[in-house]
Amino acid sequence: MIGIGGWLRRGLIGLPFAWLALFFLLPLAIVVGISFAESADSIPPYTALLARSPAGLETHATLMNYRELAQGCLRAYGNSLGFAALATVLCLLIGYPVAFAISRAPGVWRQLLLFFVMLPFWTSFLIRVYAWIAILQPSGLLNRILLATGVIDAPLPLLYNGFAVELGLVYSYLPFMILPLYGSLSRLDENLVEAAADLGAWPWRVFVQVILPLTLPGIAAGALLVFIPAVGEFVIPDLLGGPGTVMVGKLLWQEFFDNVDWPAAAAIAVVLVLVLTLPLLLAQRFVEGEEPT
Amino acid sequence: MALLDIIDAEKRFGAVTAVDRVSLSVERGEFFALLGPSGCGKTTLLRLIAGFDAPDTGRIVIDGADVTAIPPYARPVNMMFQSYALFSHLDVAGNIAFGLRQEGMERRRREARITEMLALVQMSGFERRRPHELSGGQKQRVALARALAKMPKLLLLDEPLAALDRKLREETRLELSGIQRRVGTTFLVVTHDQEEALGMASRIAVMREGCLAQIGTPSEIYERPNSRFVADFVGAVNLFEGETVAGLTKGSALAIRPEKLRLAGERPDGLALAATIVSIDYQGGQSTVHLETSAGRRLRANLPSAAAHSFARGQAVWASWSPDDAVTLTR
Repeated sequence: MIGIGGWLRRGLIGLPFAWLALFFLLPLAIVVGISFAESADSIPPYTALLARSPAGLETHATLMNYRELAQGCLRAYGNSLGFAALATVLCLLIGYPVAFAISRAPGVWRQLLLFFVMLPFWTSFLIRVYAWIAILQPSGLLNRILLATGVIDAPLPLLYNGFAVELGLVYSYLPFMILPLYGSLSRLDENLVEAAADLGAWPWRVFVQVILPLTLPGIAAGALLVFIPAVGEFVIPDLLGGPGTVMVGKLLWQEFFDNVDWPAAAAIAVVLVLVLTLPLLLAQRFVEGEEPT
Repeated sequence: MALLDIIDAEKRFGAVTAVDRVSLSVERGEFFALLGPSGCGKTTLLRLIAGFDAPDTGRIVIDGADVTAIPPYARPVNMMFQSYALFSHLDVAGNIAFGLRQEGMERRRREARITEMLALVQMSGFERRRPHELSGGQKQRVALARALAKMPKLLLLDEPLAALDRKLREETRLELSGIQRRVGTTFLVVTHDQEEALGMASRIAVMREGCLAQIGTPSEIYERPNSRFVADFVGAVNLFEGETVAGLTKGSALAIRPEKLRLAGERPDGLALAATIVSIDYQGGQSTVHLETSAGRRLRANLPSAAAHSFARGQAVWASWSPDDAVTLTR
């Protein structure tokens, strides 16, 4: 017999699953369906997968969208994965020392520094990206300073290229790397660091052989939180990028809104989900590898 | 020459003086215990020796070499942590190998040492286990093996038995003494448990508020405490302040261990106090008799339970002691 507590527990566990099923799996299934359809001049702008005809029920499902994607969109996927991978590495290289310093700071400072990490979220993401345009454009802040100090003779092309996109990605996603790293590092038992030193390990070896492996779950979590959204990022490449930096998110937007080709956009989205599943599964192993001490 | 010399070491944390001008020598092969209540500075002193903290003044000399300015990874000292501090990402063999790897020991010798160390702590066959698969007692053994693997000149043990349950604690205490005799390494153990210190150590330093209160063998510390603090902290004691007992000057006190107090129904010859039995606390082999004198002073006497049976609660008795068993304390 299941008591009220049992039903409550089932409900609490079931609720997120129901949520996922309703707002993720169902829409995903619809998108997968559309990706096999053909574009059409109708509302909605695609053909039905199944249609009644004199010969009975017949299907219009086609792999055409995927074939076109394989021919024309691989570069955008390459760009997305490349930009996102580099952004993940850069965020890790910048974020790890920052998180390490915060986790070792005295109590009051730790709260303040964490507050600074979160501070950018108080301003709209869009405004912060626009601010980078003001900084990076030929007559922008950075170029004016460099010109005034005589470091350069002519304005540097800082905007509408890969550099600007990468900068935007690293800037925007850095907090998502720092916070899980901080979580991992602050839970690290200081005795373990001392034990390693006591056993003869130099500071660098303590870091490589003890601190780094023990914070791997934090690294994996941070890398996921940066990599996954960065691959699908639309706003940053759209505002800061140029013709050479088309990413999947931008392509998806173009197919959906500019070309009104829903099936092509759906195919792009489905492949994106598949591409992201692999690193997700890999990182999941590290996160689950975390053991209580 | 002593193996370890602490010379006038002082360590302050803000306004608190954790270690207050302590000088201490530990001889080669000793099993030395730093004993004191929590907050007395014994762990800080241990950390000064390991090199995790630097003394504000004073020097630490190990085997003739001044190590005060030398970082922990270059000191000929290893430590067993109270929390054991085992690396959860390495298995048992990996934990023991960690220190050996740092000194670049080649693989075959390393494996031989791991086998030898695991045999020493009776953990052979556990090489591939992860720390989270071990019980508390097993973790303790691995931590000991890891700290001994580098064959340090001095092994520091921070409350080595505190995390074990009572029965295991006694077994492990005996084992620890056995291991120390076998390997011959100098052990310096920090503990707040006086029974532990008395049972294991060849010499004990009692600490109080950052200072050394007394250094001596367990029997010296127990039989001849030099202060009210030591007499009271190490074992139970009956203290008679100067004014209340004839023959004592003001400011001094007489200390008598509960097992030295004799009880009799008839008044014995010599010095004796009249008292009433408040309660008899049976502990198996022995019993503790709680007494109250006519002046309202509380006393305790430990008797073999067979002898305690001849007394009853509320009975008027005489408590006496041999003058040799009483210690006069001036501090």
